[in-house]
Amino acid sequence: MPPEFHLKDPGYEYRLISRRIYFAGMLMFLLGLLIVVRVFFLQVVMHDHFTTLSQHNRVKIQPIAPIRGLIFSNDGVLLANNRPSFSLEVIPEQVDDIEQTIDRLSGLIELDNSDIERFRKQLKRKHRFVSVPLKFNLSDDDVAILSVNRHLFPGVDVVAGLNRYYPLAEKLAHVSGYVGMIDEDELELLDTSNYKGTSHIGKLGVEQAYENLLHGSVGYRQVEVNATGRIIRLLDRTAPVSGKNIYLTLDVSLQNLAVKALDGKRGAIVAIDPRDGGILAMVSAPGYDPNPFVNGIDSASYKKLLNSSDSPLLNRALQGKYPPGSTIKPFFAFAALDYGLRTNLDETWCQGWYSLKGSTHRYRDWKKTGHGHTNLENAVAQSCDVYFYALAHEMGIERVHEVLAKFGFGERTNIDIVGEAAGLNPSREWKRRAYGQAWYPGETLIVGIGQGSSLVTPVHLAVATAAIANRGKLVRPHLFANARDSITNEVVDEFKPEIYGRVEASDQSHWQTVIDSMTEVTHGQRGTARRVGKGAAYMMAGKTGTAQVIAIAQDEEYDAEEVREEFRDHALFIAFAPVENPRIALVIVVENGGSGSSGAAPIARVLFDHHLQGINEAESG
Amino acid sequence: MEDRSFSHRLHIDVPLLFGLFLLCSIGLLVLYSASGQDMALIYRQATRMGLALLLMLMIAQISPARLARMSVWIYLLGIILLALVLITGEIGKGAQRWLNLGFVRFQPSELMKLALPILLAWFFADRHLPPGLVRIFYATVLIVIPVLLIARQPDLGTSLLVAAAGLSILFVAGVSWRLIIGFGLSAALSTPVLWFLMHDYQKQRVLTLLDPEKDPLGSGYHIIQSKIAIGSGGLYGKGWLNGTQSHLEFLPERSTDFIFAVFCEEFGLMGVLLLICVYMFIIVRGLYISLNAQNTFGRLLGSGLTFTFFVYVFVNMGMVIGQLPVVGIPLPLISHGGTSMVTLMLAFGIMMAIHTHRRLLSD
Repeated sequence: MPPEFHLKDPGYEYRLISRRIYFAGMLMFLLGLLIVVRVFFLQVVMHDHFTTLSQHNRVKIQPIAPIRGLIFSNDGVLLANNRPSFSLEVIPEQVDDIEQTIDRLSGLIELDNSDIERFRKQLKRKHRFVSVPLKFNLSDDDVAILSVNRHLFPGVDVVAGLNRYYPLAEKLAHVSGYVGMIDEDELELLDTSNYKGTSHIGKLGVEQAYENLLHGSVGYRQVEVNATGRIIRLLDRTAPVSGKNIYLTLDVSLQNLAVKALDGKRGAIVAIDPRDGGILAMVSAPGYDPNPFVNGIDSASYKKLLNSSDSPLLNRALQGKYPPGSTIKPFFAFAALDYGLRTNLDETWCQGWYSLKGSTHRYRDWKKTGHGHTNLENAVAQSCDVYFYALAHEMGIERVHEVLAKFGFGERTNIDIVGEAAGLNPSREWKRRAYGQAWYPGETLIVGIGQGSSLVTPVHLAVATAAIANRGKLVRPHLFANARDSITNEVVDEFKPEIYGRVEASDQSHWQTVIDSMTEVTHGQRGTARRVGKGAAYMMAGKTGTAQVIAIAQDEEYDAEEVREEFRDHALFIAFAPVENPRIALVIVVENGGSGSSGAAPIARVLFDHHLQGINEAESG
Repeated sequence: MEDRSFSHRLHIDVPLLFGLFLLCSIGLLVLYSASGQDMALIYRQATRMGLALLLMLMIAQISPARLARMSVWIYLLGIILLALVLITGEIGKGAQRWLNLGFVRFQPSELMKLALPILLAWFFADRHLPPGLVRIFYATVLIVIPVLLIARQPDLGTSLLVAAAGLSILFVAGVSWRLIIGFGLSAALSTPVLWFLMHDYQKQRVLTLLDPEKDPLGSGYHIIQSKIAIGSGGLYGKGWLNGTQSHLEFLPERSTDFIFAVFCEEFGLMGVLLLICVYMFIIVRGLYISLNAQNTFGRLLGSGLTFTFFVYVFVNMGMVIGQLPVVGIPLPLISHGGTSMVTLMLAFGIMMAIHTHRRLLSD
């Protein structure tokens, strides 16, 4: 097209715009007619129908919130309860002056600023004819005072309801999670009809993960009202369907023992049934009390929790990332056999340090004098570093990464509650991606003893430990056992054990060799955890680990010994029992707990004794 | 001849002012009933109306030419304020439409309802019409930015009105029919695709719109109750203050977005026809002013503002009678609330300015 030179042509423009304005006028007229036609249809054609409806429209439909399902442990202990409580609610539409009403109410009963703040927030987003809670958990005195003065406050009511309560409080907060007030984001994603009348929703943990089962379905109540809107008569009622009761795989007495073992410490314990992945105990210490969160924790207390140096809100069992330390060694022992690099009889000479060819740098063993001639069993039992330096060097980072990946390192286990973090299984690609640097041979050695950039979460390490006990099966960890009808107690939903990975061995005897070596850790004469296995009525297999706290330099100039003297290490212990027929696998992490054999391993004995023999620490003295 | 009249020297258009007065009076009357005869509320609303009318007369003193010169700056200011609202909203976590200026809370999206049509009218009037593809594209960008910013708040109703304001000017400026039909067709064809992209809860809302009875406790409740109110009003209505639906508190939001249902219940079809006539009178006057405006800028701006006013009325009524989705748009000058009233009155002030600021020509 040739370039056009348009001059402004006022006459043409005027005609164009006029035509368009006339057209728009016609369009508006027609659309307006459409409204009139529709109103005519409603007011004249359908008039009788709607008149009847309007005369009968003394009936209001009110939602009845279902009762939330309870949460029980496997041994039938109530973990999340509904307690009767009274709350103060306001129907904004029926109140003339809300500010003044709040003022007058706070003259009668104590109203926190946080209550008022929350009330104002909700006021904005709810319909004016829906009642808004002002204060929860009224005391008996409050209820009495308000009842007496009720006639002075139209639109203000004391409403009886149920309040979620967690009897185990901080012992189980990281598992149970808690319910809290539904917020705006959640409102967007909810089935709003089913949540009419519901004020709380699962925010974390089991409460959140199984919200659909716990919540139930809303019911309706048809009531007749008089001219002022007061209820005269109940016409019809569709009962709500209560939520399902949920049973967890958790053993509360084991949980309590684990909490006690970590009392005053920071750390995590995960106990899992290796046969089906059911979590028997899961502790993150320190815990926190979930109860204040139910109706909104005040910001001062929340800040205190948030800013505490012990990070009680952090679920260490799922989110804590720790270097595995020597607990990684059984996995490499398996790799040594499976790749055909070692037999159980092959020996490595340990003189207390290891050097790469052409380098003078010494990678030290924890035992300065060395372990002498060391075979695989002794290397695991005594946690010989040199044996695994040499092994890792021979394997190379590719195979080191490969064998760990088979056991699921660096991946989430997809446990059935949210918030799980993934560990880190280092590789050449990872380092290039993360740091843009090449992999140094020395790093492979460090990874070979579970240090360096390797990171695991306790829950994953538990699954990996269970995989050894299972001879290769990676079971999906889960807290949910089954859901039962709240009235008939009939099981309506059940967890189906799931195997999400399998480590294939070229020869099944390799598993036995690895398990034997771990048994030496706890029962062998020179095992690092021999005191733990001493006198036990069953056989257990384990591995101690001592993980460095500080970030470890990536280069070869790292001097392990110097660091060890200056920092308190994380103590780790992995174990399962009984060896022949494992029913429990354990991971214990005690932050800054010193060595694994003294800081973490003794806890395992207490838990095993209880779980396998029903012995309580207190009883056994 | 007209130029010499007293009202013209004050930059007042008498017919338009008459229509607005009429509408405001009806508004106060209905609101009195809908609010449950809350006199304090009526005083507040009347005060706001008075202030808004005053603002209207003030902005009518500004000549359209000056408005055109400022258009870019007003628009930019609007965009910046909208972005600011979003940012403070992010910090505050939640829907945010207001900007707190200390002494007054201000809703930048309201400014945009005026800023966008002014800018577009200036943009198109500057050069020959109909506009070429490139200018149409620029104009579309100018429309889309504020519409998206407002939709993000999220305020669907206002973003719809701003879009209507922009698109109507695009239409009047003479965008070819082929483009309009093509765009309409592609929009119609993309709806099934949109359906697949929607979240379940969004689908649920669309389904509720199509069949309100499905969700009798949610937005379906509004529509059901509002239809009962309208239908039971009949030909002559139940009479002022006698609407049972509203007074027995079955009808939610009866003094704001759903006030038209109260009106229908109490004044019947006859009342509705009268009310629509008043609205039509104002709209026809607006179109008349646009047609007779002295220059292209005035014509475009006048018709854009008039069309926006129409969309206001149409969408609100359509929603109340259950023909359109429930988006929060008030019934102009009748619903309770002051924010949109000020913007509307300012728009009418601009209309008056277009009509009364005439450069003296030789004839």
